[in-house]
Amino acid sequence: VSAAVDLRKIGDNVWEIPKEGEMRVPALVYSSARLLEDIRRDQTLLQARNVACLPGIERMSYVMPDAHQGYGFPIGGVAAFDLDGGIISPGGVGYDINCGVRLLKTDYTEADVSAKRKELLAEIFKEVPAGVGKGGVTKLSRGVLKEILVKGADWAVENGYGRKEDLERTEECGRMRDASAEDVTDRAMERGIPQLGTLGSGNHFLEIQKVHEIFDEAAARAFGIRGAGQVLVMIHCGSRGLGHQVATDHIEAMENAFGVKGLPDRELVHAPFRSEEGQRYYRSMCAAVNYAFANRQMIAHWVRDVFARVLGSSGGMDQVYDVCHNVAKVEVHESGGRSKKLVVHRKGATRSFGPGRQEIPGCYRSVGQPVIIPGSMGTSSFILAGTAEAEALSFGSTAHGAGRVMSRHEAIRRFRGERIRDDLARKGIELRSTSWKGVAEEASEAYKDVDEVVRVSHELGLGRLVAKVVPIGVMKG
Amino acid sequence: MERYRILPHTADGKFQAYGGTLEEAFGNAALALASLMWDWSKVAPKTRHFIHVRGIDREQLLVKFLGETVYLFETRRFLLAKVDGLRIRPEFEGFSLEALLGGDALDGRYEIYGDVKAVTYHDLKIEECGGFTVQVVVDM
Repeated sequence: VSAAVDLRKIGDNVWEIPKEGEMRVPALVYSSARLLEDIRRDQTLLQARNVACLPGIERMSYVMPDAHQGYGFPIGGVAAFDLDGGIISPGGVGYDINCGVRLLKTDYTEADVSAKRKELLAEIFKEVPAGVGKGGVTKLSRGVLKEILVKGADWAVENGYGRKEDLERTEECGRMRDASAEDVTDRAMERGIPQLGTLGSGNHFLEIQKVHEIFDEAAARAFGIRGAGQVLVMIHCGSRGLGHQVATDHIEAMENAFGVKGLPDRELVHAPFRSEEGQRYYRSMCAAVNYAFANRQMIAHWVRDVFARVLGSSGGMDQVYDVCHNVAKVEVHESGGRSKKLVVHRKGATRSFGPGRQEIPGCYRSVGQPVIIPGSMGTSSFILAGTAEAEALSFGSTAHGAGRVMSRHEAIRRFRGERIRDDLARKGIELRSTSWKGVAEEASEAYKDVDEVVRVSHELGLGRLVAKVVPIGVMKG
Repeated sequence: MERYRILPHTADGKFQAYGGTLEEAFGNAALALASLMWDWSKVAPKTRHFIHVRGIDREQLLVKFLGETVYLFETRRFLLAKVDGLRIRPEFEGFSLEALLGGDALDGRYEIYGDVKAVTYHDLKIEECGGFTVQVVVDM
């Protein structure tokens, strides 16, 4: 399908789909020739072009280096819209609202934990509920859930999950202020009640990692990353069934209000940002974002508990940062020669704000925000720093991970979960999962090369490489 | 006759379901969706849920109908085993559907091996050619 899209190389790692037909702006693809081979294979480019047709789009429809086909927007798609003439679209955020990553540092080195590695992972596996259909440990009332939807990670900290300092080191301080629980349907709440404090399944994981290599000493120091061998913990999950239902409900509400005629793709249904439907989606999306922040806050707390119990202390386990991968936010950016408020959609993309931005915590304001890019299961992950250039290039955004290249079906056919476990064990990586089939689905061969993704990101200035980390223990849902 | 077929898809789950009537194809689509998460043929139909959904068109009706299986699994731990009495009626605006879903509550006897997050409109097709074929992609 994408073969029909006119794509021109306009610079190193930059490709343009010129404005034509109903496109209001051009689309810009940030990719190496090698990554582009995968991108061309599915509907990513066509989807980027469809996004460029949406009302009120500013500057360009952007595609990140790890992009692949999504629903409506491509995964790895970034687009911003004028608040008055522009739209908001659930397809620009995705079903797993605020799927994201949290990174904790520790004062332990690999040598400190190597003897207890198995035990650490086994205990985390016991404490953090994971897997399909697995409920959480807390039975929530609807009243408490509503409070969580409004307060996000604030609620978790108030209730003994984690530390106050964690909040500052979370995107949006762990709480989107525009959230409203009243706009979240009963169905979404019903799905959210049993799943709070659960990792979920699919590509979600929790890893005990060690620092492999540092590329930028100054930024690493600011992030609390001291040197090779330092142990870190990475948590990757989202808003679970609650977020999925919020997306589903508002796609339907927008269809009912505005119809589906004239849409290039029904998943691109949208509403004017200022309309009642647009605002209802925005407020309930913010609520789902908050649910996901609370979710990761609780999981981080349990992980610290396990470290304290098994190793004697969790004292040095400060949060490095927590980033959203799927979100729409109102931010100020340059467009058309002036600074203006825009609703920025990042779908499978990470905010990458550089030095000086008021949105990032004071402790990082001189180096840029930490950008956490998880690799596929059992491979390397990366820590980058946000840049000032990214604001001009991509509304301050970069890649979010590796991105699939092989179907789950095909992965199950080709790989065995138990075999993957044994291979990882030989590399010194412990693996625990609720499902061997799930492990096979997430085989690293089914994903793009994350090293190439972050290299392109670094070369373009979308995000600056700070450190490479590798897993020593992997828990998969 | 073949009830459904699971198709390859990079990120998620895709299937086609077949039926002599639209109702039959919709019912088989629910079983296809269930098959991405559990083996519905091994689930005893011990409990039943009556469902009623409306859609502005047949596509929305299908998305909402399939969404019921995901919703009942996550909120009632209900594993679909069969679809009975499925009826689709034209309404003043769009369509309505009612059906009795038979199945069992999740417990240790059943293996769950997939997680469907949402039913999408991506590549969704409802085609009539002799019988009916519906095609659906789900986010997993």
